[in-house]
Amino acid sequence: MATSTGPRLIAFVEKRGAIFLAALMALIAIVPVCHLALAPDSPFHISIGTVVLIGKYLCYAILAIALDLVWGYCGILSLGHGAFFALGGYAMGMYLMRQIGTRGVYGHPVLPDFMVFLNWKELPIPWWGFQSFPYAVAMAVLVPGAIAFVFGWLAFRSRVTGVYLSIITQAVTYALLLAFFRNDMGFGGNNGLTDFKDILGFSVQSPGTRIALFIISGLTLMASFLAARAMAASSFGKVLVAIRDGETRTRFLGYRVEHYKLVVFTFSAMMAGIAGALYVPQVGIINPSEFAPTNSIEAVIWVAVGGRGTLVGAAIGAIVVNYLKTIFTTGWLAAYWLFALGGLFVLVTLAMPRGILGAWEDAQGRFFKARPKPAATNRPGPAP
Amino acid sequence: MPVPAFLRVLWAALWLALSSGLAVAQAPGARDIETALDKLAADSFGDTEAAIALIARSGVAAGVAILEALGDRRLFFVAGDTAVFYKDAAGRSFNARSGVATDIPASASSVRLNNRLRGQVQAALGSMTLLSPDPAQRLKAAETVVKSRDASALPTIDAALAQEKDDGIRRALEDARAVLTLSSTAAPEPQRIAAAQRLAANSDNESLSLLRQMAGEARGGLKDTLDRGIAAIEGRQKLQLAAQTVWFGISLGSVLLLAAIGLAITFGVMGVINMAHGEMVMLGAYVTFLVQEGFRAKAPHLIDWSLPLAIPLAFLATALVGIAIERGVIRFLYGRPLETLLATFGISLILQQAIRSWFGPTNLSVASPSFMTGAFNVMGLQVTYGRLWIVVFTLVIFALLLVILKATPLGLQMRAVTQNRRMASAMGIRTRFVDMMTFGLGSGIAGMAGVALSQIDNVSPNLGQSYIIDSFMVVVFGGVGNLWGTLFAAFTLGIANKGLEPFAGAVLAKIAILVLLILFIQKRPRGLFALKGRAVDQ
Repeated sequence: MATSTGPRLIAFVEKRGAIFLAALMALIAIVPVCHLALAPDSPFHISIGTVVLIGKYLCYAILAIALDLVWGYCGILSLGHGAFFALGGYAMGMYLMRQIGTRGVYGHPVLPDFMVFLNWKELPIPWWGFQSFPYAVAMAVLVPGAIAFVFGWLAFRSRVTGVYLSIITQAVTYALLLAFFRNDMGFGGNNGLTDFKDILGFSVQSPGTRIALFIISGLTLMASFLAARAMAASSFGKVLVAIRDGETRTRFLGYRVEHYKLVVFTFSAMMAGIAGALYVPQVGIINPSEFAPTNSIEAVIWVAVGGRGTLVGAAIGAIVVNYLKTIFTTGWLAAYWLFALGGLFVLVTLAMPRGILGAWEDAQGRFFKARPKPAATNRPGPAP
Repeated sequence: MPVPAFLRVLWAALWLALSSGLAVAQAPGARDIETALDKLAADSFGDTEAAIALIARSGVAAGVAILEALGDRRLFFVAGDTAVFYKDAAGRSFNARSGVATDIPASASSVRLNNRLRGQVQAALGSMTLLSPDPAQRLKAAETVVKSRDASALPTIDAALAQEKDDGIRRALEDARAVLTLSSTAAPEPQRIAAAQRLAANSDNESLSLLRQMAGEARGGLKDTLDRGIAAIEGRQKLQLAAQTVWFGISLGSVLLLAAIGLAITFGVMGVINMAHGEMVMLGAYVTFLVQEGFRAKAPHLIDWSLPLAIPLAFLATALVGIAIERGVIRFLYGRPLETLLATFGISLILQQAIRSWFGPTNLSVASPSFMTGAFNVMGLQVTYGRLWIVVFTLVIFALLLVILKATPLGLQMRAVTQNRRMASAMGIRTRFVDMMTFGLGSGIAGMAGVALSQIDNVSPNLGQSYIIDSFMVVVFGGVGNLWGTLFAAFTLGIANKGLEPFAGAVLAKIAILVLLILFIQKRPRGLFALKGRAVDQ
């Protein structure tokens, strides 16, 4: 069995996918060991702060893969994927808020502190059921999925494409940003949800829980990659690429373009919701600034930096850019982070349209095969 | 210092002689005051009430000081004595009977008041100051009388009206008479009806509430007049509210138009998604700040000229930045709108951070020139000069842009390149140059918008970000490539937003507008006024 499924799996995920999965597996295995087994003064010891940081990167990588699926494969540049991420995060945050129980500042058994503070008497309906973990997880997937479905159903059916779609996805996340800033919405206003105590009975602060969350994030990233890869490699995925390269032509060939787009958009939004749900217990806070249009655009640049339409590249881009961000925003470089990020946007679009992975493969091709692969940019198809 | 002390005694003696002489001359009024003071010294509420009425009837100027002192509890008496003293607002003390400056004995205590008496004091003061030589005092007195609704002030009002020259005060007095007549149930019905008709011509809330109050108990003809008056006032108020909403909407719409109009060129005409557009607005605002600082340092007396001068400078500066961006980045990305979007977003981050490192992250203050401060009233509608200037400025820029596009060689070439790039190129138009100039024009207009927005928004590195989404929505709503559509869209969105605000609040109104726009774009993906023909297919 192993001898037959192994090569088949590698063929399915391609060589780069296999390397990526192996590297992830190693990361999941080594990081907890380095934290738990090595003495704190060992040069290879990894502090719990770093574990959380890497866990955060992994969540971003899931978001990047979700975005790459719609942008890299289907040509839908969503500038609102941060909204799906944040919605998933809010669902998890609401569960964590309900878990606080009487340990809040006001000690109310049901209402979170901010509701007591606002003098509310009973739990608003959107909060019902969030004391249950399975319900919260389901909501973290279904709410972004439902919003993406409704939005996509309207937008794709009326053939809103290209930059128009990008602009209105941005408007969606902006509208949600404004909405979640309101105290009346009942999601904590601009303070958001924080001061979490425990998840499934384990303290969110304890190193054990954090390592568990880290491992789960890694496994979820692997699963997301495999799911996205399965979608991209299927005949469904081929139609997506066809839509990206020539939407009108694909429609004339008899495909219901809007259905394909809707499926991949909704699926991607759900994946982003999962990423957000994993992100919140690790960072310990969710607030409306996660809806900021800038966040969504930043996620797009992760994908562009890594190489769009490759999935692996998107994940690598998310990790690399966020690692750079961590380096830049701590210490004397902080003032230059936006210069670096802005420069990255310009540089990648002008000089590296296929991102790190594309550049790497081009270089490889030049050395080993003498002929580079044809570029897989999402240039628009010939005019109909 | 014996001499001043001697003078003071002499002055007091003179004053005493003078005032007693006056007392003889104006015997009835002065006698009323004397009686009133006797009553006040008794310090019982009933006597005090009678005393207030006496003083009000006397009309003697000295009574005003006594009543004011009584109202502020600065009037003192000594138990078992007829002497009454008062302090003026500055704290100097006088004998109330003689008006001579004197010390108040330690045994004196202040005359007590209750709320009803305090109201009577106010009413009495109102009617007494109606005849004051100071116009501001008279106007205030008329308002006080209206508040008191004390019909006994009617004769004084008539006396005041007989000699009043100032139109504004006349009107206030006539209103006051109408209020008093209407609210006095003893007045004859025809007079009350006339009063109600007069008040119905006003649109303020006080008149409305008085009419409503009277309508509750009125009968017959008066009742009909009152009901008609209430309806008339309510109708006018509704109209006024609508006018105000429209004006606020136009004001917001002009801001939207200002922010979007440059984008209408770069996005609408060229098809370039310029996410750094907001930063061009921001740069324009910083140019304004620099110009103003320059004036402040070199020519502070000409500071009002800094804003007019900043307009062309901001245009030039941002146009140059725009041209640099077009030459350096955008020209490599024509035909790849999504990449353009990302690259220009990167540029916007760089520009923001550059300004932040240079000027700091805090808000800078750009002062308004004197011709933009203040406000005026149009039929009860408050219009500030600042907003009015911005509306005018926006419309002027819009008109200029139309002229440039329709009546200059550059505009002609721009339109040619937009409609058919290759054909234009074949006709000898330098399309690359036209691209550059078009982008420079769009950016320069954004910079001029920044000059205006520096007057109503915080000048900070984030200034542009807050406009970029709105600007795109305006351009898309209006229809890409259509300036008139942009104008229409900006004012529609502005008025709709302000119209929703009273029901939904500012944030919810904005959300509602965004949602409506998102839905609208589903219905008409190319905007309200879509270009027809071949340009659409590209």
